[in-house]
Amino acid sequence: MAHVSALIASDIERYLESHEHKGLLRFITCGSVDDGKSTLIGRMLYEAKMLYEDQLAALEADSRKFGTQGGDLDFALLLDGLNAEREQGITIDVAYRFFSTDKRNFIVADTPGHEQYTRNMVTGASTADVAVILIDARKGVLIQTRRHSYLVSLIGIRKVVLAINKLDMVGYSQEVFDRIEAEYRAFAKQIGLDDIVCIPLSALKGDNVTAPSANTRWYHGPTLMGYLETVVVEDRALDSPFRMPVQWVNRPDLDFRGFSGRVVGGSVRRGDRIRALPSGKESTVARIVTKDGNLDQAVAGQSITLTLNDEIDISRGDLIATADSPPGIADQFEAALIWMSEDEMFPGRPYLLKIGAKTVGVTIATPKYKVNVNTLEHLAAKTLHLNEIGMCNLNLDQTIAFDPYAENRDTGGFILIDRLTNNTIGAGLLHFALRRSQNIHWQAIEVNKRAHAALNGHKPCVVWFTGFSGSGKSTIANIAEKKLHALGRHTYLLDGDNVRHGLNKDLGFTEADRVENIRRVAEVARLMADAGLIVLVSFISPFRAERRLARDLVQEGEFCEVFVDTPLNVAEQRDTKGLYKKARRGDLKNFTGIDSPYEPPEHAEVRIDTVTTAPDDAAELIIGHLRETGILDPS
Amino acid sequence: MIPLTHLERLEAESIDIMREAVSESERPVMLYSIGKDSSVMLHIAMKAFFPSRPPFPLLHVDTTWKFREMIEFRGKMIRQLGLDLIVHINPEALAMGINPFTHGSAVHTDIWKTQGLKQALDKHGFDAAFGGARRDEEKSRAKERIFSFRSTQHRWDPKLQRPELWRLYNARKNKGESMRVFPLSNWTELDIWQYIHREQIPIVPLYFSKERPVVERDGALIMVDDERMPLAPGEQPMMRKVRFRTLGCYPLTGAVESEADTLIAIIQEMLLARTSERQGRVIDHDSTGSMEKKKQEGYF
Repeated sequence: MAHVSALIASDIERYLESHEHKGLLRFITCGSVDDGKSTLIGRMLYEAKMLYEDQLAALEADSRKFGTQGGDLDFALLLDGLNAEREQGITIDVAYRFFSTDKRNFIVADTPGHEQYTRNMVTGASTADVAVILIDARKGVLIQTRRHSYLVSLIGIRKVVLAINKLDMVGYSQEVFDRIEAEYRAFAKQIGLDDIVCIPLSALKGDNVTAPSANTRWYHGPTLMGYLETVVVEDRALDSPFRMPVQWVNRPDLDFRGFSGRVVGGSVRRGDRIRALPSGKESTVARIVTKDGNLDQAVAGQSITLTLNDEIDISRGDLIATADSPPGIADQFEAALIWMSEDEMFPGRPYLLKIGAKTVGVTIATPKYKVNVNTLEHLAAKTLHLNEIGMCNLNLDQTIAFDPYAENRDTGGFILIDRLTNNTIGAGLLHFALRRSQNIHWQAIEVNKRAHAALNGHKPCVVWFTGFSGSGKSTIANIAEKKLHALGRHTYLLDGDNVRHGLNKDLGFTEADRVENIRRVAEVARLMADAGLIVLVSFISPFRAERRLARDLVQEGEFCEVFVDTPLNVAEQRDTKGLYKKARRGDLKNFTGIDSPYEPPEHAEVRIDTVTTAPDDAAELIIGHLRETGILDPS
Repeated sequence: MIPLTHLERLEAESIDIMREAVSESERPVMLYSIGKDSSVMLHIAMKAFFPSRPPFPLLHVDTTWKFREMIEFRGKMIRQLGLDLIVHINPEALAMGINPFTHGSAVHTDIWKTQGLKQALDKHGFDAAFGGARRDEEKSRAKERIFSFRSTQHRWDPKLQRPELWRLYNARKNKGESMRVFPLSNWTELDIWQYIHREQIPIVPLYFSKERPVVERDGALIMVDDERMPLAPGEQPMMRKVRFRTLGCYPLTGAVESEADTLIAIIQEMLLARTSERQGRVIDHDSTGSMEKKKQEGYF
């Protein structure tokens, strides 16, 4: 960075002192592809003298090679960092830029405007204090402008700059400016944005970027840089109740047990009464430890280590909070979700949810509605696709501590993670806990699984058959059940076709319905295993995630996955039910292996090659496995 | 209540990132390149886990072409802090005698550094590696996540990066895959120097100006650090007052003429400078987008 302050040369120590106490402002720029967003940021860096000679030289060379400004400096090229972007002339991801003036340090999240990358905008907005929304003066308020504004408001940014750009192209017309401003303010009010400053700009020519422009004498507001340098952003986290997610339990030796984390709300003092959540146990703060000495007080933003006066059990993922104003705890919520994956959301599929330092299992109910981000209409939805936003109920497999997102971003915002690919597939904002999660308790039953097993004289187990239609699952399951029955073992066979006649007759064959189909069967199998039975489940069950769900529902060692491994062409040749012919004709949609995927098991307990193994031998293989693992013996 | 200063906030964020990475990985390691950014990263690591020691070793991917003073400094720091250091020297590069003079900077960097790093990570089974890269350094860095996912082949795919929201880092991965973690992502060069100044962090003396023997190569001043530097017939190293803005392999690192022999003078010089710090690095200039390409191949 080439810095401008005269102090640098005259009194460097004083300059450093003032620089250290300069505040930081993080802002996001949003605009459509051609609004001149990159040009604006490039212009700001240039005007703030943040470019070095070698960077300028590279820019000049690039402008001649790739530029769109007829050989003039093309500031957009400063920013479009990746080759892939240069070739396509678009920005494909969030980029962070840094600059500083004498008054402030800035981090800009530069995010692309086109529809398929909404997730990037939400990502950039999640850490921003202010949003700069660009409008092309020739085009006015577009659908994209509404979308960007809605996302900004959803994420909780309150301060908005409407940068009405390319004003030079409309002859610096005040009339155009006023019309756009009025239209925008009317719209913004509907979505709760009211702290708005509208600035007439030409990023290309530099009007009102850092200096008031002679071309817009009718405008008396701040320049863009002037606004960004002075806008007051209250740090809401500082004023909220004390919160610290425990990241790491610090145990250098037997005498020291500390809890390391970052304060994400309020402040904490030595002696303060705290509560650990979700356990609810209380203690007081003994010491606030840092390598630079113990502190009397720590505030939001600081990374510290706490020691307590009582030995209470706290582990990674727990939340330490003030006992005076603790957060809620619950395992069912209503939340706004932003879906970020190419794969649609499946209601009922088990995903992971990370909030603070805690990761838990979660299933999502069918959305109550999704939001058309262009019109803000609520629409009925069965699922969410990439870049869609919806309101959903969540069901967690553990209780967590939380605050509503509107009160604390760090204890109310979460991400969703796919269990198999580990990708981040969505983000969400907790609204409130569902009351039923506080009222429905798990009924403790005294005649438990052990008692059932003791009476039966064998252990329970779920034997899960998976494979293509026509692979021989039902045939083998049938024989296995007969053999087990003959051995005096208590069994039940759940067959895909049969269950679809009753329990699941409301479900079709879309991916979402198949997920729900398996979820229900897995739950039924779990109940039957609880009753002490050996449950044979014969379902195509094409997705790993749902088989994983079924496995996770029962105890370790009580699940036996049987992969009936018949190549597709062999199953299709057999075609015992004539379904493949129908599917090939196109009369049967979403048929596994034809137009719907099958994900083979990676670690099945038993794999049966039906080309070389007769059904009777296959059944023996399974019974052999159950015998080896001790299922068939008395517990 | 007094809000944190800019540097306090950056430090707290870096600590947060390190603790999170350590908690979510099985075998973390810190890449230690001996430069100023590594020195800052190491200093913060000592704070992040205090009173425990950082629960990971340091790894230096050595190329045998580093400045001698860097290697001395490395030894001194490790002894002082009592940390474990793994030095990895790519045995194939050693056997082939890879060097910047005969093989050029691209081949040299790829085999010694990129391949060497991958070897070391595989050999020790590290699944999370801290690096000192900053987003303000280079255009492709500006788009990198703080927790950057790498495939089993250590590849970076800029189009398949995980969205990173708020302060929530997704560090989950399958066996064989890994994370590169950049705790200094949001620091600028000035922040780094200012922090070194505030915290009195030791750095390699090469950053300070001194009379050193140099020769001029393609417009860059290259220090003659040992006898392996080939000289043209009749060529004599000249003594010049120079210092280095970044450190790497000595034949690939250009010196700048400077009088700055104190930290404050360095900062002043940097603030008044007309060129960026990476300009002294030969490896960035190979072709447009060269960093992006190297990163995809597994470079840090």
